[in-house]
Amino acid sequence: MSPVVPPPAVALGVLLPVLVVLAAAAVVLVLDVLPPRDSKAHLGGVALAGIIGALLAIVMRWGTDARAFRDMVLLDTYALYFDLVICYAAALIVMFSMDYLGRTGSESGEYYSLLLFSTAGMMLMASAGDLIVVFLALELMSLSLYVLAGFFKQRLTSGEASMKYFLLGAFASSFLLYGIALIYGATGSTNLDRIAAAAATRNAEPMVLIGLAMMLVGFGFKISSVPFHMWAPDVYEGAPTSVTAFIATGSKAAAFAAMIRVLVVALRGAQPDWSALLWALAALTMTVGNVVALAQSNLKRLLAYSSIAHVGYMLMGLVAGGGPGPGAVLFYLLAYTFTTVGAFGAIALCARAGEEAVEVSDYAGLARRHPVLAATLALFFLSLIGIPPLAGFVAKFYLFGAAVRAGYIWLTVIAVLNSAVAAYYYLRVIVYMYMREPDGEPVAVAPSLAGGLALTLAVAGIVILGLMPAPFADLAQVAVAPLLR
Amino acid sequence: MSTVWLIPAFPLAGALTNIFFGRSTGHRAHWIAVPALGASFLFACAVAARVWSGAPFTTTLGAWIVAGDFETGITAYVDNLSAVMLLVVTGVGFLIHLYSVGYMHGDPGYARFFAYLNLFVFSMTMLVLAGNFLLLYVFWEAVGLCSYLLIGFWYTRDSAANAGKKAFIVNRVGDFGFGLGVMWLWTELGTLDYAAVFKGAATLSPATATGIALLLFMGACGKSAQLPLHTWLPDAMEGPTPVSALIHAATMVTAGVYMVARSHALFERSGSALEVVAWVGTATAVFAATIGLVQTDIKRVLAYSTISQLGYMFAAVGVGAYVAGIFHLVTHAFFKALLFLGAGSVIHGLHGEQDLRKMGGLASKMPITATTMWIGGLGLAGAPLLAGFFSKDEILGAALGTEHLGIFTLLLAGAFMTAFYTFRLLFLAFSGAPRMPRDVLQQAHESPWVMTGPLLMLSVLTVVAGFALGLPLDGSRFAHLLASVFHPHEGEHASVVVLLSLVVFGAGGLLAFYMYRQSAVKPEAIGQPRTWVHALLLNAWYVDWIYDRLIVQPIYVLSVALAQVFDVGVIDGIVNGLGRAVSAWGAGLRRLQTGYVVNYALTMLAGAVVVVAFFLAR
Repeated sequence: MSPVVPPPAVALGVLLPVLVVLAAAAVVLVLDVLPPRDSKAHLGGVALAGIIGALLAIVMRWGTDARAFRDMVLLDTYALYFDLVICYAAALIVMFSMDYLGRTGSESGEYYSLLLFSTAGMMLMASAGDLIVVFLALELMSLSLYVLAGFFKQRLTSGEASMKYFLLGAFASSFLLYGIALIYGATGSTNLDRIAAAAATRNAEPMVLIGLAMMLVGFGFKISSVPFHMWAPDVYEGAPTSVTAFIATGSKAAAFAAMIRVLVVALRGAQPDWSALLWALAALTMTVGNVVALAQSNLKRLLAYSSIAHVGYMLMGLVAGGGPGPGAVLFYLLAYTFTTVGAFGAIALCARAGEEAVEVSDYAGLARRHPVLAATLALFFLSLIGIPPLAGFVAKFYLFGAAVRAGYIWLTVIAVLNSAVAAYYYLRVIVYMYMREPDGEPVAVAPSLAGGLALTLAVAGIVILGLMPAPFADLAQVAVAPLLR
Repeated sequence: MSTVWLIPAFPLAGALTNIFFGRSTGHRAHWIAVPALGASFLFACAVAARVWSGAPFTTTLGAWIVAGDFETGITAYVDNLSAVMLLVVTGVGFLIHLYSVGYMHGDPGYARFFAYLNLFVFSMTMLVLAGNFLLLYVFWEAVGLCSYLLIGFWYTRDSAANAGKKAFIVNRVGDFGFGLGVMWLWTELGTLDYAAVFKGAATLSPATATGIALLLFMGACGKSAQLPLHTWLPDAMEGPTPVSALIHAATMVTAGVYMVARSHALFERSGSALEVVAWVGTATAVFAATIGLVQTDIKRVLAYSTISQLGYMFAAVGVGAYVAGIFHLVTHAFFKALLFLGAGSVIHGLHGEQDLRKMGGLASKMPITATTMWIGGLGLAGAPLLAGFFSKDEILGAALGTEHLGIFTLLLAGAFMTAFYTFRLLFLAFSGAPRMPRDVLQQAHESPWVMTGPLLMLSVLTVVAGFALGLPLDGSRFAHLLASVFHPHEGEHASVVVLLSLVVFGAGGLLAFYMYRQSAVKPEAIGQPRTWVHALLLNAWYVDWIYDRLIVQPIYVLSVALAQVFDVGVIDGIVNGLGRAVSAWGAGLRRLQTGYVVNYALTMLAGAVVVVAFFLAR
């Protein structure tokens, strides 16, 4: 008779931030069917309250290093840092959504509860200490996002985006799952620490390496690294803009969280192998992202390629597999999230002739009519370029500095050249806003209180990060330090 | 958090309010700007009282830049020297703000003016408070920016816009050196904090210390308008007169003196750097005084006088008499601000007339202005028992005491010229028969109380400051106050110094009396070069002309050549070519994005195959 396996200890405290979000999602679902049936405006407020509750839980739990469910779920500073980034993005996106959906008349309970479910999935990804949890959390996040991408049911492009995202996402998930299976086969465990212990003796085994390759394909899809990026522009363009913002920030942050933990903790033994691959992926991703962005006329597609390019920069920080690089990536994610959510949010506020204003030419002369919004959007673009004193500059500075210190001079040179290329397409939008005369019907902007507040928060974020980066950079380094030991 | 930060915080808040809400504050802008300065002054008094009765202290607002092994904070260092500077900046600043209410009344840029003025006081107090060289450098630049903005305040006037640019560019030359000095300091000592730097100065080799000190002094030459970077200050008189009084006489231009005195440990380590400071100061003092002898614009006389008096301050710190230098800085702030504000009052009363040749006989029309300006003028000229007498004598005494006979002689000659040009100005403006057109004369009027009030306050300070701070002659109260900052220097208050300075004061005054009061003034004769010496002085020794031919024109010609040939042809050609190539590449790659899911999936699969192959091939 096999020995009796004791039931795992239930320590819900470790899941507290995730549970708060899930509870809020459930409340939203229930409230959705209760009166008032014709107005759903209050549901956004409930969702926002849930996220704020989760933020409080995160702050409360700060500094703990707890693990539960047989080390399947970890609540360490690393997870909490990502929870913070994800919840921040989610909060801003809920605020933008209240404005955006209210205007298109499509506010509903499902939207907010799905948003919360995917948030919970993202947070769980950051907490995953086991490959099974990584996969489950990733699916929870992804399935919710597939639906959200197609949320504008009457709009053909929205359905197309959802379908493409789902099909390719399922394809990528199968790679990930296959990789997990191979790793399990080679090491006999799905727990990250035990994989590390087992793999230490059998690094070069082909089964581990093929498993690693498969998992990288899966993660590469989620972070939209070249050549697994092709879904991104189509999905970003078709999905509702608020959902696009979440896909571009939250899901990327979560995928990075899981990927860094898997690579650095479980597969550290194979570091020379994945370093070389990440070098190539980083160079390829940033170059393709930036170069193709040059040829875009649709603002959402432009931002899609721009976000691909930013992933390229972030991969650069992981190439060394240690040192200040991973911390710089965490900081970069924070700065990137602040900026990108803000940029998509600002775009979501603009409409032209009843349609969303998404063509670059729609923004001609915006500064004349809406100087504040144009200035805000310009600030986000300047931060994406990396102009001081905004967040994007400091983030790039830390990241490039870390790469140089790790000895990757050529990769840094490629990144700097790429940054120069990137300045062109971002500045083009600013040129349109400030130096071109508007033609045809002007862009209408009607930000509500929630939208205005969210924009203010995002601007404050990039300015504060840019002017006083030190405390946040320290936070990022402290968060990632235990993993690198 | 220390209350120290409130001193700059009030003017900053005032500046931000008037920048962002200038449209609504409009002609009421002073209700924000003036009380902000008042509050700032009160807190400066509180901080000064605390430091004088206690010990110097350091307070940090937070970490500022942390990059690798470079770390610096937003730190204030407050000792008796910074307290004195704070009182001068906020106190004189307050009076000048008050005066501006009357002087700038009705100007379309009223709110903007007060916003800039507040911003300047914020920057200047931060400069004084800074506890490390980097913060000092940042606000060193910030006061330069404010100076630029205020010189070009009436930017629609070409001459004002050009003067602003000139001030900025000439200062860049000095600040380039200053920046290099700061960097060199860091590479040598690994820190920029005052305490650590001044302690570490002893470990520097004298040659290194000389290099660093001279680079820092380059910055001081720019900011304090010393030879050879003095040319911007006379042109800066294009700004409104309160600006000339506050920035270009009382406070900003003295930043260089403050910096050298503050860094005296570094300059002393070098030794020869101090000699350079002393000689540059002396040369400037005499050089500028000679030009002041013949100027016909009332503000330009005062501008050259300011350059000259700054030279005295540098001469003082150069011979190691830091207390004397700072003392002269303080008294000069009082009487020169007074003279500028008085000149502004005259200009205001004459509807913009600045030419001394078209003034005269104003004493009866503007009694308060005339009286207070006479007091300020006597203070500047070194009349016995007024502020300038004490501080200038201390400088002369120090030069003699440290056996710098050449410097002593030159400064004495400078004092003679100072007395002459000051009395000349006063006689030409206030005595004799009026020389302005009849309608201007009839409309000439005394200024309102907001303008005369500050004049009276500054006159009181000019009269009292000498007694209050300069006595007793051997070891004054002021020296006692700064004893914790500077070790005592060898001063000589030999009666011979007092006697000689009284003689040159009297001689200068009498000569001016003979030339401009006794004999009838022939306005058409003034300002007409009669001899080559006169022409040389009228043209300010042709320095601007020489700079223009030697530096500006060649650089301009070179720039045009580079811009039109090299930049357009080579650089733009490469950039545009590369840009086109990359864009074409992007357009090509874009075609891969077909929109078909199958293609996307196949790409992914191909990617996966490559990744696996990559791993297995290693």
